[in-house]
Amino acid sequence: MHLAYPAVLAALLFSVGVYGVLARRNAVLVLMSVELMLNAVNLNLVAFDAWLRDALHAGQALTLFTITIAAAEIGLGLAIVLLVFRTRGTPDIDRLTALGDRVAERQNSADDTADASKGQAVS
Amino acid sequence: MNTALPALVPALPALGAAATFATGRRAPRFARPLAIVPVVLSGVLALVTALQLGTGRTLDAATRLTPTGGPDISLAIHLDGYTSLVTVLVGLVASCVQIYSTAYLRDDPRYPSYAALVSLFTAAMFLVVYSGDLIVLLVGWEVMGICSYFLIGHHWETADARSASLKAFLVTKLGDVPFLFGLFLLGADAGTFRISGVLAAAADGRLAHPTLIALLLLAGVAGKSAQFPLHSWLPDAMAGPTPVSALIHAATMVAAGIYLVARLLPVFLLSGAALVVLAVMAAVTMIGSALCALAQDDIKRVLAYSTVGQLGYMAGALAAGDREAAVFHLVSHGAFKALLFLSAGVLIHAAHTNSLSAMSRMPWLAERVPDARWTLGIGLVALVGLPPFSGFFSKEAVFTAAEHAARGEALTNGVGPASGVPEAAGWIVLIAAGLTVLLTAAYATRLWLLAFPGRRAVALAGAVVPRGEAAEGHAAALADTGEDLPVAASSTATAPSVHATEPAAMRWPLWVLAIPAMGFGVAGLRPNWLPALLDGGSLRPSLATAVLGTGLALAGVLISYAAWRTVTARAARAAVAEGAPAPQSTDATDPGRALLGPLYGPAQHGFGVDRLYERLFVLPTVGAAKLVRFLDREVVEGYVQASGGGARLLGWAVRRAQTGNAQTYLSALLAGVVLIAVFVAVGT
Amino acid sequence: MSILAAAGSLAPATRGFLSPTGVEIVFVLVGLAVLGAAVISVGTKQLVHAALWLVVALGGLAIEFLLLTAEFVAWVQVLIYLGSVVVLVLFGLMLTKAPIGRSPDADSGNRWVALLVALAAAGTLVTLVVDAFRTSWIDLGSGGGSASVTGASLFRTWVLPFEALSVLLLAALVGAIVLSRSRQAAVPKPRPGKLRAGKPVGAARAAKSPSSERES
Repeated sequence: MHLAYPAVLAALLFSVGVYGVLARRNAVLVLMSVELMLNAVNLNLVAFDAWLRDALHAGQALTLFTITIAAAEIGLGLAIVLLVFRTRGTPDIDRLTALGDRVAERQNSADDTADASKGQAVS
Repeated sequence: MNTALPALVPALPALGAAATFATGRRAPRFARPLAIVPVVLSGVLALVTALQLGTGRTLDAATRLTPTGGPDISLAIHLDGYTSLVTVLVGLVASCVQIYSTAYLRDDPRYPSYAALVSLFTAAMFLVVYSGDLIVLLVGWEVMGICSYFLIGHHWETADARSASLKAFLVTKLGDVPFLFGLFLLGADAGTFRISGVLAAAADGRLAHPTLIALLLLAGVAGKSAQFPLHSWLPDAMAGPTPVSALIHAATMVAAGIYLVARLLPVFLLSGAALVVLAVMAAVTMIGSALCALAQDDIKRVLAYSTVGQLGYMAGALAAGDREAAVFHLVSHGAFKALLFLSAGVLIHAAHTNSLSAMSRMPWLAERVPDARWTLGIGLVALVGLPPFSGFFSKEAVFTAAEHAARGEALTNGVGPASGVPEAAGWIVLIAAGLTVLLTAAYATRLWLLAFPGRRAVALAGAVVPRGEAAEGHAAALADTGEDLPVAASSTATAPSVHATEPAAMRWPLWVLAIPAMGFGVAGLRPNWLPALLDGGSLRPSLATAVLGTGLALAGVLISYAAWRTVTARAARAAVAEGAPAPQSTDATDPGRALLGPLYGPAQHGFGVDRLYERLFVLPTVGAAKLVRFLDREVVEGYVQASGGGARLLGWAVRRAQTGNAQTYLSALLAGVVLIAVFVAVGT
Repeated sequence: MSILAAAGSLAPATRGFLSPTGVEIVFVLVGLAVLGAAVISVGTKQLVHAALWLVVALGGLAIEFLLLTAEFVAWVQVLIYLGSVVVLVLFGLMLTKAPIGRSPDADSGNRWVALLVALAAAGTLVTLVVDAFRTSWIDLGSGGGSASVTGASLFRTWVLPFEALSVLLLAALVGAIVLSRSRQAAVPKPRPGKLRAGKPVGAARAAKSPSSERES
């Protein structure tokens, strides 16, 4: 079998996962997209393991580890999402902007003088 | 002879000043004894030193103070007849002023600091006189300058005093900068800062740039002694308390410049050009200041301008090469001008105003201050120079010196070649001095007539002003002038009582000073009295100049009196015509206006010298300062602001990127990774 | 590099792409299904459907693993992913009150940027991968990924990472429990950073609070 098939499939799957991570609003769906990306990597690992005929089967062992870590990741990730949902009342990622610059957001509505005074107060 | 004694003379007042500064705030009771005792003691010590030294001897003692790379600076004492004379004068005047001040500034809360500054000032003057080293002399010179600044600004609540003190300081410093360079050049040329060494170098002709040195030194002398281009601070300095005017601006500090030239006269004699400059300076100063004095209304300003003029006499004598005459006039002038100022202080204290025209409306003033009336009269006669008062003899000495110089046989008395004095200098001084005698007599007479018009003036005015009205007039005058007087408010509120005489501490110093003002001139008559103490030349007036000077003085007195009679009578007629015995207008009885005619206005304002300086120096300086301010605010600060603003703008942009949305960050991150991957792939 | 050299199949392959073997055909078809399921999974507006399409994609991947002779990995994939992960995801969706049916705001405003980045990444990766492995050929021998072979290699060669991984799993388990524990009964304790001056008792509590949290 040509190596290009699994490699190209893995690349495309990874890109789909990237799109999902970047575009999805719901945090659970983002986690799902992360699973897609991880599986793309798994596919690569298995394909290269078969291609290289590795005597130690490093690729397959690593795939198993990855699956384990992915399971742990999704468990922890879902716990975090649940926690966030419980405290903030929403699983939407783009509304979790507590680490953003509040002043910059307020600037959109505030006029320049308030901006200047605020800037001085901050500096 | 023991050098500890003369060393103690400057040290005592300095220690007294330090003690007054230290205790003045906590224990004001000690301020008075601490002010008087050291000064009087050092005055006595100065007298003892002078007596021990005797006549015709000099004493030089020195110890090296600082080894420098070039000429050493040494703590040197130089004693001779001149130092004896001047220190005795300084001691006498300073003691009188300290005693007088205890009464004059009795209720002043800042008396301790005032007394300390006067003591410090006295110490500095002693240091200048005794010092045998130019750098040490400079120290005293500058200490005097700063003390003068503080004392003129004693009443710093008033804008006048503040600006006057600043002006005095700046103008004298303007002269001091070239003076400093002159001293350095002198020290470099002579190889030493010791005055004896400098004089020896001058005698050997080892000075490479005598004209330059002399002109640089003259700038400092003009600043300190208020000669023509830099004279304008002295009349304004009258914003200080009157005793300060007596001490600083009559007897001592302004004399320091003259004294310095007298000490270094051999250097000046090497340069004819410098002597001509000095003569022109003296002549312009004399005539201009006498004209100004004739137009002033403030009694202290009249005396200040007269001081400037008398200093012009001394400078003229020096320009004629005769330092004996200069120092002779310095001492007699110091005595009678201190007397004049202290008398004027008594007058001001009694009248609560500085204004002569206001005083002319107080007929009771003469009865109120009999002592001051007498001593003011004595001082004025001495100032005019009528025989046999001291002013006559010293002024005649100046005349004689100028006459000899004009004939090409200057009375240098062996300190230099007679040919070193240009004849032009003699002529300039002689003519200017003659004119000034006339003017001096005129303004002295005017001062006397305005201050004490007497009952005849009231009779001439045709209206006997009742006592109560006089008191009202006095109150009005107070309100008009708004003078800041160093007396308690309670005494100004009540109408002055005729029989309340001035305190004894303000009267006795007047009589003490009146004695030398009257009799000191006799000391120059015999060659083995005063001249023996100095260079040994004759100080006896010659017949021609004596007749000339006295005649001019009498003429001035008579002209002034005649003008006064005329204007007073005219004012009285005008008052009768108006039908109201109202107080005369300010200038109605002023003979100065009639005498000066169109010159009156300019003379009242010092011939616009201040305004000229304002145009020439102050405005460009202010303009330059504005320019610098503009450059700093707009240009230099512009860069600072721009960098700050740029950083803020950048920060604003970066802050806009900080949205808090993790997906945005991740998008940017991954896009960057892809870009890097592409670049790496393409690059390899 | 030495591993690559040991593979020995770096020589230009003689097989062309236009004459595919049966395995290849199956692989491509299943791959297309996987890709389609993945695309639908990240693109659909119905959140629960997305999870179900994910099942399809992951199951397809398990078939691909089988085709690549990694049978043990394939079963593990089915067990873990289809058995537990997707169930977890579904639970997560339900617990966060995900709406049943179409939700128009499933995608954030970032989607066009995301699309751009994803396409760029896909283009770059595919170009690179095709360019690099155009001629590589996998000789598929049977038994390369059987349970016995994999178990032998795991417990002989990779036993230490394996045990470490078990500890990691345990930690993740404990962490998930701690995080998702309902703490509405617990009074929020003052954090050290929020302490006010003049509360000496709070300092002791603040010092204690992190450790107590960790213990629970």
